[in-house]
Amino acid sequence: MGVTSKLGNLGVVTTTLEAAINWGRTNSMWPMLFGLACCAIEMMSSQASSYDASRFGMELMRPSPRQSDLMIVAGRVTRKMAPVLRQLYDQMPSPKWVVSMGDCASCGGIFNNYAIVQGVDEIVPVDVYVAGCPPRPEQLIHGLMTLHEKIKSERIVDWAK
Amino acid sequence: MNILRGLLTTVKHLPQEKVTIQYPERERPTRERFKGRHHLKRYDNGLEKCIGCSLCAAACPADAIWVEAAENTDEQRFSPGERYAKTYEINMLRCIFCGYCEDACPTEAIVLEHDHQLSFTNRRDAIYTKTMLIDPPAEGMEGTPRQVEPGVYTRSIPEMQNPK
Repeated sequence: MGVTSKLGNLGVVTTTLEAAINWGRTNSMWPMLFGLACCAIEMMSSQASSYDASRFGMELMRPSPRQSDLMIVAGRVTRKMAPVLRQLYDQMPSPKWVVSMGDCASCGGIFNNYAIVQGVDEIVPVDVYVAGCPPRPEQLIHGLMTLHEKIKSERIVDWAK
Repeated sequence: MNILRGLLTTVKHLPQEKVTIQYPERERPTRERFKGRHHLKRYDNGLEKCIGCSLCAAACPADAIWVEAAENTDEQRFSPGERYAKTYEINMLRCIFCGYCEDACPTEAIVLEHDHQLSFTNRRDAIYTKTMLIDPPAEGMEGTPRQVEPGVYTRSIPEMQNPK
């Protein structure tokens, strides 16, 4: 609220600031290693030389949640894994984003049973869902592009919330 | 000296062709049998191939397909035969792109083609409706529904050749 009332009339300044910060956020986004199943193999492939996610500033996967901005949930999340996922998400510093990679993470996929969480959006807020079983590395990068567009459209007013 | 020898390896690789595919600008071509997003096909005369039999929904291991059929009439004809798919929805986040629907379809109406860029910011956007899935009619052909002569399109499954 405070930011809105103070910066509300500074149109030019805030749009430039928004653009600069969003540019910074999109171009140095370190993902967290969260491979759970077969999708993790494709996630590794998108980091490797053929697709090379470091072209988009995703230099390296961080095993520590404290150093990461983006959680790529790659694979089916079991009920036993769910609290761990939530804890790791809580440990990530803000601003943080979640990409749900593949069918299982997005809505359970073919595993419509008691052991699998039917979509990680039950436990964490998901920004982008990537379809595919598993998605090609290209599909994952397309998902990341969708996320970049989403971040670029974020306004300063929303950060205050 | 060892460090120079190491750097020599790096220098040798510099003029070589780069292995990285510059993805958003350039794409690696998919294999012919790659299964991507579904397309609902039409006959050459513009009528829909799908007859709303729901065999694809029965074959789907992930329960991603939802079909609701309705009756065709000669005043409002969508597909040959008695029925057509009034609602045809596929949840792309459920679908595992196995192609069982393709195998189950008696009229070869559903085909998994090569589009694969499917990412959504909202789970509801992942549900593709019939209008999004169906191919447009061939150029110059009338779409559906259309009025036809009675007694022409009575057979829902076309004459097909045996597979070789």
